Amino acid sequence: MSKNKRKLIRTIVGLVIFASATVAFNLTPLKSFTFHKWELGDYRLYVYLAPYLAAYVTVGYDVIFKAVRNLFSGRLFDENFLMTVATVGAIALCDFPEAVAVMLFYQVGELFQSYAVGKSRKSISELMDICPETACVIRDGEEQTVSPDEVAVGEILVVRAGDRIPVDCTVVLGKGSVDASSLTGESVPRSFAEGDELLSGCINLSSAVRVRADKEFYDSTASRILDLVENASAKKARTESFITRFARYYTPCVVFTALALAVIPPLFNGQWAVWIKRALSFLVVSCPCALVISVPLSFFGGIGGASRRGILVKGGGGIESLSKARTFVFDKTGTLTHGAFKVTAVFPEDRREEILTLAAIAETGSRHPIAQSILRAAPSVCSEGYGISEIAGKGVEASGFGDLILVGTRGLLEERGVTVPDVENKKSAVYLAKNGSFIGVICIEDTVKGAARETIGTLKKSGCYTVMLTGDTPDVAREVAIAVGVDEWRAGMLPQDKVVAVEEIKSTRSREGGLCFVGDGINDAPVLAMADVGVSMGGIGSDAAIEASDVVLMNDDISSVVRARRIASKTMRIVRQNVVFALGVKLAVLVLSAFGLANMWIAVFADVGVAVIAILNAMRTLVIGNKA
Amino acid sequence: MKKVYKMKELDCANCAAKMERGISLIDGVKACNVNFIMQKLTLEIDDGADLSAVLAAVKAAVKRVDSDTEIIGL
Repeated sequence: MSKNKRKLIRTIVGLVIFASATVAFNLTPLKSFTFHKWELGDYRLYVYLAPYLAAYVTVGYDVIFKAVRNLFSGRLFDENFLMTVATVGAIALCDFPEAVAVMLFYQVGELFQSYAVGKSRKSISELMDICPETACVIRDGEEQTVSPDEVAVGEILVVRAGDRIPVDCTVVLGKGSVDASSLTGESVPRSFAEGDELLSGCINLSSAVRVRADKEFYDSTASRILDLVENASAKKARTESFITRFARYYTPCVVFTALALAVIPPLFNGQWAVWIKRALSFLVVSCPCALVISVPLSFFGGIGGASRRGILVKGGGGIESLSKARTFVFDKTGTLTHGAFKVTAVFPEDRREEILTLAAIAETGSRHPIAQSILRAAPSVCSEGYGISEIAGKGVEASGFGDLILVGTRGLLEERGVTVPDVENKKSAVYLAKNGSFIGVICIEDTVKGAARETIGTLKKSGCYTVMLTGDTPDVAREVAIAVGVDEWRAGMLPQDKVVAVEEIKSTRSREGGLCFVGDGINDAPVLAMADVGVSMGGIGSDAAIEASDVVLMNDDISSVVRARRIASKTMRIVRQNVVFALGVKLAVLVLSAFGLANMWIAVFADVGVAVIAILNAMRTLVIGNKA
Repeated sequence: MKKVYKMKELDCANCAAKMERGISLIDGVKACNVNFIMQKLTLEIDDGADLSAVLAAVKAAVKRVDSDTEIIGL
């Protein structure tokens, strides 16, 4: 039988004894006797005491047992010990029913509390149930069911219909679609075919497929997400650290006040019983549990709810700073725009083939979206024999076979002494030079994301200031800035310029609130780290970006920024409600009992009742993600 | 070195906070997190530390707060 079940049975038995004793005494002549002191000669005292004592011990023996043990090891600020002192004190004052009732309430509250925590624990783990328990791997020509962490890279797995993909993998046989909603929050299934990569945590919606493991379990997307979210508590919010610090001093403070209350006033007026009773009520509210549970639980619920929408938040710290952000700085490419560039024109057009080939040689291997677009447009080339070096934020240089190819911004070419003719161009342009002389220009265009304008609009409406930073030319930047409607934009910025700019915006606007930087995680890790909240978009591709950011958006949807902010604000509201409610009730009860206006019954409610209510309130954070 | 343990019978949030404080004071423990909600103990142990001594001290620190709490696999 579980510990809680035993406790429940004991509590019920105790309650029955308590209730029947109370009823019986009210029906018998004993009703007229209430004892105010221990009249040891009176037999009726024993008749009266026996059933209450039996109920008390039945309900609370585990508390008493722990209290005695803690007393011997010198831990006097232990909850069990203080509860025992309070109830034994009540017995000593001949308040038998009160002692039993307090112990009963306390245990019922504990039961409720552990039920509520168990429930929320379950819903949170269901939310994060993205790792399958087993994987089906083919070894020696047979299908074997193993634990996912036993799967080695390169092994062939079978993923049946309805199964979660255990490790990041590539499809080798079969095609169909997967449900990636638990990773990205997008409910539209993604189709795949042979050769496509699949992320762990997705559910296979089609018939069984064969896949080859690309990564080990611990290194796969699902475990990394889980690790990020679960261990996020290391990044504690300021509210959380405050609660922990508060809890450390709260109990000793209350206990010493109780002691003072029990001793000092009676020295003057001699009413020992009255003041001791008031002091005992203090002991009952001395546990800071309601706060200590509900605040981290609220944050955890908010993080869990957000992760269901494909928004990974690192710890309560991330939630807190996101809710405080009032300035939103966006990177342009890949964030406000699709970042999927297309070569729209080459100038001069008659040398198109040559220009694209040369540019492709230099851009081979680069992951930059502009480079990718050139590589897509160019015929396949061989860059073997060329030494390629990147000039951060400006372009690339390739040298080989006696040639020096320079691909990049107009500025880069001019810097190297190339004379560049004026080219009428509003689009992003990549300039190309070979051996010091200008060859041509490749025009590239990017499109603004559909939700970008609405996202910026929503942020502005809620009083936030929006800024766009880009490495592009002012012409291109202005066009995008007008299209999305940002308050401010800055163009022509190299990665290091962005750091300086963000620092400057952060300091000038710090009075309004924190600064949130939203980028695609490519090349902007320093800026992500420097902002009060760094949000990286588009999945967990780059490790540096995840490391540096506080929020990772698993999908490319820019409106997730607004959603994340809404979840963060609502979570913070619930956290604040809990702090104010728990502290307020406890403080009120302390004051009332000091003046003799509250009894132990109210005190025990303030202790466990508040904890239960705070936990239930914290649970609301779990559903925020569904609505936001 | 990072180690993660599941915990059992970790009943009170304040106890979890006390355990975390106690464990982080142990020599050789770089960082420690007692997650009450997930019932998990995450330890980061200094590379040069005597592992078995540290783990014994961690166990003792947990038991000191609540002797019913168990660390699974320790």
